[in-house]
Amino acid sequence: MKTLAINGVDRTVDVDDDTPLLWVLRDDLNLTGTKFGCGAGLCGACTVHVDGVATRSCQMTVGDLAGSAIVTIEGVAGRQADAVRAAWVELQVAQCGYCQSGQIMAATALLTDMGRPGDDDIIGAMDGNVCRCATYHRIRAAIHRAADLLEG
Amino acid sequence: MRPTMTDLRLPGLAPTPLTATRRGILMAFGGAGAGLILGTMPGLRGAKAAQGGTFNPFVRIAPDGTVTVIVKHLDKGQGIATGLATLVAEELDATHDQVVTEFAPSIDADYKNLYFGIMGTGGSTGIANSWDQYRGAGAAARAMLVAAAARAWGVPAAEIVVVQGRITHPSGRTAGFGDMADAAAAETPPAEPVLKTPDQWVHIGKSFPRVDVPNKSHGAPDTFAIDIAMEGLRTVAIARPPKWGATLASFDATAAKGVRGVIDVIGGPFGVAVIAEKTWPAIKARDLLEITWDESAAETRGSAELEAEYRALLATPGAVARTEGDVAGALAGAAQVVEAEYLFPYLAHAPMEPLDTTILYDGTRAQIWTGAQMPTVDLMVAAGVLGLSPENVSVTTRWAGGSFGRRAVANAHYVAEAAMVAKAWGRPEPLKVIWTREDDLKGGYYRPMYLHRVRAGLDAAGNVTGWEHRVVGQSIIAGTAFEAAIVKNGIDETSVEGLTDATYAFGAMQVELHTTKVGVPVLWWRSVGHTHTAYAMETMVDQLAAAAGRDPLDFRLALLKDDPRKTAVLKLVAEKAGWTTPPAAGRFRGIAVQKSFGTYVAEVAEITYANGQVKVERVVCAVDCGVAVNPDNIRGQMEGGIGYGLGAVLKGAITLTGGAVDQANFDGYDPLRMSEMPTEIEVHILPSTDRPTGVGEPGVPPIGPAIANAIFKATGRHPRRLPFTNGDFA
Repeated sequence: MKTLAINGVDRTVDVDDDTPLLWVLRDDLNLTGTKFGCGAGLCGACTVHVDGVATRSCQMTVGDLAGSAIVTIEGVAGRQADAVRAAWVELQVAQCGYCQSGQIMAATALLTDMGRPGDDDIIGAMDGNVCRCATYHRIRAAIHRAADLLEG
Repeated sequence: MRPTMTDLRLPGLAPTPLTATRRGILMAFGGAGAGLILGTMPGLRGAKAAQGGTFNPFVRIAPDGTVTVIVKHLDKGQGIATGLATLVAEELDATHDQVVTEFAPSIDADYKNLYFGIMGTGGSTGIANSWDQYRGAGAAARAMLVAAAARAWGVPAAEIVVVQGRITHPSGRTAGFGDMADAAAAETPPAEPVLKTPDQWVHIGKSFPRVDVPNKSHGAPDTFAIDIAMEGLRTVAIARPPKWGATLASFDATAAKGVRGVIDVIGGPFGVAVIAEKTWPAIKARDLLEITWDESAAETRGSAELEAEYRALLATPGAVARTEGDVAGALAGAAQVVEAEYLFPYLAHAPMEPLDTTILYDGTRAQIWTGAQMPTVDLMVAAGVLGLSPENVSVTTRWAGGSFGRRAVANAHYVAEAAMVAKAWGRPEPLKVIWTREDDLKGGYYRPMYLHRVRAGLDAAGNVTGWEHRVVGQSIIAGTAFEAAIVKNGIDETSVEGLTDATYAFGAMQVELHTTKVGVPVLWWRSVGHTHTAYAMETMVDQLAAAAGRDPLDFRLALLKDDPRKTAVLKLVAEKAGWTTPPAAGRFRGIAVQKSFGTYVAEVAEITYANGQVKVERVVCAVDCGVAVNPDNIRGQMEGGIGYGLGAVLKGAITLTGGAVDQANFDGYDPLRMSEMPTEIEVHILPSTDRPTGVGEPGVPPIGPAIANAIFKATGRHPRRLPFTNGDFA
C-alpha cells in the first residue's frame, strides 16, 4: 500500500512501486483529466504538478513520490489556474481538447513562476506539450491573456 | 459553468459525397439482410425519453428549458457538436446557455450522414449534409412550441413570437420552452418547417461559443472514450504482429502472467492479448511476452525498395484518370518543358488520444463505446465478428481526442479486434482495449506513400500548353466496402483528387495513375488525396511561373479566369498578405490555392531561411466555405489545418525497413511543436450566401506548397522529396 498526497488529500493505493503516477491517477483514483499520450515523456498530455513543478506523470513512479504534493487538473486552483482557464475559454483554445489538461497545467506552472512571460518564455515552458490539433497559436495568446487577467 | 456535456473531434473521409449504400456495407461485412432497424435494443440505451419532450430525432427539451441537440456526427475537435447545436438554436431561437449536446445512438435510419447513407463523419461533410436537416429540426420544434402555446392561451399562432428562449404573445402571456415542452412534443410536426432568412439569423455567422471548451478546459470526467470507467472493467493491451501479414505462431506468457494484476493472456488472429485489472499491468505484462511470429506471408519491402518499384512504374503510362487535348503533342511542340518528380512518405495521423475501444459482450448482446467515426461500420463489423444480428449490437459515440481520419476505418479493425478478444475471453465483463503510442505509430493505416511526375510545356510567350501528371501509390479504397462507390474504371478518385478536378486552363491535360499493392494498410489522412496532389500541382505552377518570368499570383489568376471562387480567395489572400509589397529582408513568400471538399482556400506563407533551416513566420489564409456558420471555429480549423500540414511537410514521415516501421513514439515521429508554429496566422473568411461546405480538412492542402514556394524564392529549389528534413532543396 502506498499513500500519495493528491490534490491535498492523502490517498492510499494498492499498486506496485513501478506503477507510473499517470495510471494510478486514471485507473485507481478515477482522475481521468490527466491524459495518456505517449507514455514516454514526449508529449506532455499527462502533465501534473509535483511540489509545484510541471511534471510528466507517465515518468514518475509511485515509488518516487512519497511525501510529494501532487496536484492534477481536477485539483489545480488559485489565481493563476483561474486566469488560465478563463483565458482558455475566452479564446476558445480547445479543439479535440485531449492535450489541454496538460497544456493548462504547464501554463499554470509557468504563470506561477513568472508573472509576465514573453513568447520565448512561453515556448521554453510549453514546447514539450504536443497538440496535434495545433492550437499552439491560441495557447500562446491565451497565456498572454491570462497574464493580463492576473495583472488586471 | 454550462451543464455537463455528455459525450468530443476531426475529419478525413471521402472527397465527395460518398454513395456507399448501407446494403453495400451489410454485404461487405457479411451482416444480416435488409430491413433491420439498428439500435432498437431496449435496455442497452439510456432512459432518455423521460428527460422532457422529444420533438424529433435531433431535439429534446427538458422541463427546465434545457435544449438537448442530438449530434449525429463524431466531434473529434472540429466542432461539429457546436455547429449542429448552432443550427438548431438558430431556428429554435434558443439562447446559447440553454443548449447542450449529446451524441446520437447508433440508429442509422435517423442519424445517417445524408451524403454517405450510413452514420459517419468525414470528408468535411458534417455541416454540409446537416444544413437543411438540423435547421429544419429546430424550426419544426419551434413551430410545435408555438402551436402548443397558441392552444394553451387560445390565441392565433401567428401572433406568437419566440425570442431568446421565450415564447410571448402581445397580450403579455409568456412562457419558457420548458413550460411548453411536454405539450409541444405532442403537437403534430409541421410538414414543411419554415426556415429563417439570413437577415433573421442571430447565431449563424456569430461564433456561437463551443459547447465543449469549458469541460475540456477543466479535465472533465467521463469525456473521452479512454476515460470510461465501469464496474468490473478490464484493460487489454495487445501484442500485434511486427509486420503486416505476419501471424501468431506461438507464445509463452509465463513471465507475463506473473505480473500482479494480470488476469489472462489470450492468443488469436489479433495477436496476443493481455487482460488485466488495470492498464499498467496490461502494458507491463505485454512487454514480457515471448512471441514467435510466422512472417512467411509478411510484407518485407522497405521504403527504399518501394521507392525503386514506384520509380520503375513512373516511367510507364498509367491508367488514365483525366485527359483533355493532345498532351503528347503539346509537350513535343513546347518551347520549354519543365519536369519534376515528387516523393511523399507514409504519414501517421497520430491523434493525441490513441485508439481505444470498450466492449461488453454477454454472449447475446454487445455494447461498444468508442470515438466512433463510422458507427454503422463499427457496429456491423462487431456483429459479424460476434455472430450477432446487428440489432443486438450498439455503439455509443464518445468525444474523440483527435482523429484526422484515423477513426474512420472501412474494416473497423480496432473494433473488430476488441470483439475478437471479447469473444475469445467469453466472460460478460467489460473490456477496454488500449493502444499505446507505439501501437498507434507502428499500427499502419497511414497516408499512403506516393510518387508523382509532372511534365508541363510552355510556349515561347510563357503560356502553359500542356500538363502531364502521373501518380504512383496505393489505393485507400480498393478492397474496402467503399470500392464500388469510389473506385471507377480502376481509378481511386482519392488518389488523384485535386488533379482530376483542377481548373487551371492548361490547354491539354492528362492525369495517369498507377495503383500499387503493398501490405501496408493505408487510410484517408486529413484532406486525403489533396495532401499530395496540391503540393505537386501548386509547386509546379510556381516553377512554370518562374520559367515564364511571371509573378506566381498573376500567373495563377490568368489560368483561373473561369474559376471565380479560386480567383476570389487568391485576390483576398494576396491583399491581406501584402503580396505586392516586397517582404522584409531575409523573408520569402509563397502562395498556393486548393479547392477541397467544396471549400476554397488560398494561403500565403512567409518564411525565414538560413543554412537549410526553414522557419514559417507568418501565414495568411483566405477561405470561402459558403455561409460561415461559426467564423471563430472556421478560423480555428484553418489555424489547425495549417499546423497539421506544416508539421507533415517539415518532418512527418513513417519509413519501413524490411517491412517493419522504423518509428515508435513521438521522438521518431516528432509532431509539430509550438516553437515551429507560425508566430502570426491570419484567417480571412469570404462573405458568402452559398450553402456551407466543410472546414475540417481544407486548411491543410495549400500550406505545404505555399511554404515550398517560399523556399523556392529563397533557394531556387523546391523540396521534392518530403519531408523537408531530407534537405533536398538546401
